[in-house]
Amino acid sequence: MLFMTLDWTHFTPWTSLAGGLLIGAAAALLVLLNGRVAGISSVLGGLMVAEREDAGWRAAFLIGLIAAPALWGLVGALPAARIDAGTATLIASGLLVGVGTRYGSGCTSGHGVCGLSRLSPRSLVATLAFMFTGACTVFVVRHVLT
Amino acid sequence: MKQLSAFAAGLIFGLGLLLSGMTDPGKVLGFLDFTGAWDPSLALVMGGAVLVGLFAFGAARRRTVTLLGDALRLPTARDIDARLVVGSLVFGVGWGLVGFCPGPAIVSMGSGQLKAALFVAAMLVGMLIYIVAERLRRPREGDATENRGAYSSD
Repeated sequence: MLFMTLDWTHFTPWTSLAGGLLIGAAAALLVLLNGRVAGISSVLGGLMVAEREDAGWRAAFLIGLIAAPALWGLVGALPAARIDAGTATLIASGLLVGVGTRYGSGCTSGHGVCGLSRLSPRSLVATLAFMFTGACTVFVVRHVLT
Repeated sequence: MKQLSAFAAGLIFGLGLLLSGMTDPGKVLGFLDFTGAWDPSLALVMGGAVLVGLFAFGAARRRTVTLLGDALRLPTARDIDARLVVGSLVFGVGWGLVGFCPGPAIVSMGSGQLKAALFVAAMLVGMLIYIVAERLRRPREGDATENRGAYSSD
C-alpha cells in the first residue's frame, strides 16, 4: 500500500503515447477545420437536441468513431478488451456516465484532453473530480468489497 | 466538406483510442487502481493528446474562423459551479464501475462488443434524463436553441 507497484505486464508506454498523439491530432483536426471541441459526450448529447444544420458534423464524427474498428480490422486483429462487469453494473455505469457528463458538460475527451489543452481551469477541476471518484470507486470495488 | 472533416476526425480519434489501449476497460481500471498493480498507460495517452492539443488549441485561440472559413466556436463557460463538480463526480463513479467513458464505449460498440452497446444504450438514457430534467426545471428557456451554449460548452 505504501509503495506503488507497477503493472508491467499491461503497461504499454509507446503505443499509449502514440495513440494519445493520434487523439490529439484528431482533436486538432476538428477544432481547426470544424471549429468545434472533440468532446465525445458533448458531441453526442448535443446531437440529441441539435437542429438540422448542426446535426451533420456531429453524426459524421460519431460515425467515424464507430467505423474505426472496421478500418483497424483491415490491417490487424482488434485489441483485446477485458470487461468483467455484468448487465446490471453496465446499465448503472452507463446511466451515471450519461447524466454525469451532461451536468458536468464533458468527459475524458472534452475536459481531460481538449479542456486541459485549452488550459481551462474549469476542465482541470472537472478532470480532477472524475479521476478522484473513478479511483475511489475502483478502490471500493476491488479492495473493500472483494 | 464539414461532414467529411468531422468524419475523418472521428475516425482518427477512434484509431487513436484503439492504438492507445483505452478501448480495453481493464486498462482504464488498471490506471484508476492506484493501490493495486498500477497501469500508468492512461497518463501517457492524455499526455500525448494534450501535447498535440496545446499547439492546436493555442492556434485555434488566435483565430475566429476555421481553415474552412466557418465560425470557430470554443467553449465560453468559465464558472466552476456545483453542476460542473457534482456532474463530474457522478461521471467518475460510473467510469470507475466498468472502465468505459463515452469515446471508448462508442468505438467498442463499433467492434461489435455487446457489453459496450448495452453501456452506450444506458448512457443515452442518462443523457435523455438530463434533457428532460432540464426542461422541467426551466420550462420557458428549455428550448434547445436557447440552451445550445449550455449543451455544448465543453
